[in-house]
Amino acid sequence: MQSNAALEYDYTVAKLFTYTAILFGIIGMTVGTLIAAQLAFPELNYLIGEYGTFSRLRPLHTDVVIYGFMLSGIWATFYYVGQRVLKVSMAESKFLMFLGKFHFGLYFVGALAVVVSLLLGITQSKEYAEFEWPFDIVIVVIWVTWGLSIFGLIGIRREKSLYISLWYYIAAFLGVAMLYLFNNMAVPTYFASGGIGSILHSVSMYSGTNDALVQWWFGHNAVAFVFTVAIIAQIYYFLPKESGQAIYSYKLSLLSFWGLMFVYLWAGSHHLVWSTVPDWMQTMGTVFSVVLILPSWGSAINMLLTMKGEWNQLTENPLIKLMVLASTFYMLSTIEGPIQSIKSVNAIAHFTDWIPGHVHDGVLGWVGFMTMAALFHMAPRMFKKEIYSKKLIDIQFWVQTTGIVLYFTSMWIAGITQGMMWRAVDEYGNLMYSFIDTVAVLHPYYTIRAVAGLLYLVGFFIFAYNMVRTMTSAKKITEEPANRTPMAA
Amino acid sequence: MFHWLEKNPFFFAVGVFLVIAFAGLIEILPNFAEASRPVVGLKPYTVLELAGKEVYKKDNCIACHSQLIRPFKSETDRYGQYSLSGEYAYDRPFLWGSKRTGPDLHRVGNYRSTDWHENHMWDPKSVVPQSIMPAYKHMFTNLADIDTAYAEALTVKKVFNTPYDAPNGTKLGTLDEGRAGALEEAKAIAADMKNQEVKDAVAAGKIPEIVALIAYLNRLK
Repeated sequence: MQSNAALEYDYTVAKLFTYTAILFGIIGMTVGTLIAAQLAFPELNYLIGEYGTFSRLRPLHTDVVIYGFMLSGIWATFYYVGQRVLKVSMAESKFLMFLGKFHFGLYFVGALAVVVSLLLGITQSKEYAEFEWPFDIVIVVIWVTWGLSIFGLIGIRREKSLYISLWYYIAAFLGVAMLYLFNNMAVPTYFASGGIGSILHSVSMYSGTNDALVQWWFGHNAVAFVFTVAIIAQIYYFLPKESGQAIYSYKLSLLSFWGLMFVYLWAGSHHLVWSTVPDWMQTMGTVFSVVLILPSWGSAINMLLTMKGEWNQLTENPLIKLMVLASTFYMLSTIEGPIQSIKSVNAIAHFTDWIPGHVHDGVLGWVGFMTMAALFHMAPRMFKKEIYSKKLIDIQFWVQTTGIVLYFTSMWIAGITQGMMWRAVDEYGNLMYSFIDTVAVLHPYYTIRAVAGLLYLVGFFIFAYNMVRTMTSAKKITEEPANRTPMAA
Repeated sequence: MFHWLEKNPFFFAVGVFLVIAFAGLIEILPNFAEASRPVVGLKPYTVLELAGKEVYKKDNCIACHSQLIRPFKSETDRYGQYSLSGEYAYDRPFLWGSKRTGPDLHRVGNYRSTDWHENHMWDPKSVVPQSIMPAYKHMFTNLADIDTAYAEALTVKKVFNTPYDAPNGTKLGTLDEGRAGALEEAKAIAADMKNQEVKDAVAAGKIPEIVALIAYLNRLK
C-alpha cells in the first residue's frame, strides 16, 4: 500500500497551532514570572487592581501554560507528525482539513474566553479545572474535534501500523477526555433552582473527600496525560528524526507504554497522603508512584540509548541538546515525584514550595525544552526556510538551563526549610516558630525563584524571536532536509 | 498481540481505555457512599456563608491556604483538631488547597474574629507585619451575590438532599426569606466592623463581599 510518489503534506493547521504555542507561551510565562515576583515583593500585587493579585493570577498562569502553550504545542506536533507517520496528507480530505481548522478556531476563541473568565474570578476553584460549565462544554467540543481528527486521519491512512507516537497521542486523547468529564460533573444552579442567580454558576456533583479524590485523580493524571504522555509522543518522533538514529528498543517502548498506561492513574491519590481519604487509598498512591519509576525511566532510557554511539551530535546540534536535556529532566522529575509520595517524606514536602519546585523541573526542563525542540525541527519543514540562528538556540539553551537549575534548587531549599520549621519544637515540646516566621525566612528563595523564572522567560523570548525570524526572513531551502535541521550560524 | 493491536486502531483505543480506566474503578468507587456522610451535628451552610464561600473561590484563596489539618502533633498544636472526612460533607467543591503559602484555615473561626479579618483583608500588614498576602480592598465595595448563593443552596437541597429546613437545622425557605435571612446575618457581622461604608451598605440592604467572606471564615471551626 506504500505510495512511491513523495507526498506533499499540508501544514496549515500545524502552523496555526505553532503561532498560538508561541503566543500563549509568552503570556503564560510572563504571568508566571510576575506571580513569582509577587511572593518576594508583595507590592507587585496591585498593578491592575483586583485582577492582579497573586490568587487571581495563579490559575491564569497554570491554565495558560498548560492549556495554552502545551496543548498548542501538542496539537501543532500532532498535525505535523500525524500526517507523516500515517503517510497521508490533510490536503487529501476536505473534511479533515475543515475539522482541523474548526479545531483551531474554536480552541482560540475558547482560550480567550477562558482567560477573561479567570480574570473576572468566574471559577470552580478546582485546580486546573477552574472553568465553569459553559466553558467546559466548549472544551469538550474542542476535544472531541481533536479525537475526530486523530481517527479520521487514521481512517484514511496508507501506513497500516500505528507508530509509537500515535499510541501516545491516542492515549492522551482518551485519558484527558475521561478525566476531564468526570471531574467537571456539576449541576448548573440557575436551571436547577428555576432561574435564580448567575447562569454561569454550578455546584459540584461530589462533595468533600469524594470531590478531593476525583479532583486529584484528575489533577495528577491530567498532568500525566498532557505533560507526559503527549510529550513522549513528540520525543519518539523528533529525536530519531533529528538524529537519524532508530529507536533503541521496540520492546522497551512497549513495556514503557503499557506500563505507564496501567500505573499512572493509580498514583493520583499521592496528592492526598495524610488527608481524610482512607489509608489504603493513600498507600496505593504511594506504592504505584514508586512503581511508576519503571515505565518513566523506561522511556527516558530508551531515548538516551537511541543516541548510543552518536553523542558527538550533542556538541554539533542544539536541537539534540534540547531533547537530551529534556529526557534527563524527565528522569529527574520522575524520581523526585515518587520520593515525595512516600508518606514520611510527604509529611514534610506537602503544602510546601518543594511541590511547585518538582512541577517546574518537569515542565520547564522536560515539557518546555521538548516542545521548543519539536517546533524548531518542524519550522524549516513547514516554512521551507532554514532556522534563523543556531547561535541564538545555544544562548537560549544556557539561559534557560541556568533558570531551571536556580528554580528547582531554590524551591527544594525553601520547601524543606518550611516543612522542617512547621514541625520544629523546643525542648519542652512547644512549637518553635509562628507561621509568619516560616514565611519571612523564604524571602531569599522567592527572590532567586523570581530571577529563575525571568531567565526562563528571557530564553522563551529568544526562542520566539528566532522562530519569527525563521518564518519571515531566513534563507529559503528548496529540498526538505532528511534529518538534521538546517540552521544558519 | 501488540503487533496486531497496532494495526487495529479501534481495538488499540479500547485496550488503552480499559487499562487507564481500571484504576479509577478500584480506587475511587468503593468509598463513595461512606465518605460523603456528615459528622453528627453538621449543619449546611447558610445563604450568607455560601455567598462568602463564593468570594473565597472567586479570589481563589486556595492558591495559598489549605483547609486540611493533618494528624500530626505539630499541626494539631498549631491549628486544632485534625480534620475529619465527615466535616466536609457539604463542601461542594472541597477547598483543601494544595499549598500553604499562608496558614491552614480549616478552624480559623476558633481563633480569629470579625474585626481581625476586617483589618487583615484591608491591610494584612496591619495585623501581621511580615505578611506577604495582598490586601483585598475590593471586597469592601464589591457586593456579594446572594441570589446565586441561594440558588446553590436550593440546588443542593433538591438534587443532593442536603438537609435544609430540617428541625434545628439551617433555614432556607423561599428566595425572599433567604435574602432576608442573609441580610439579618450580615447586620450582626457589620455591627462588629468599623468600616463606615460597609456599615452604610448593610444598613441600606446591600451586602459587600467582605461581610459574606467573614461569615464564611467565622463558620470554619
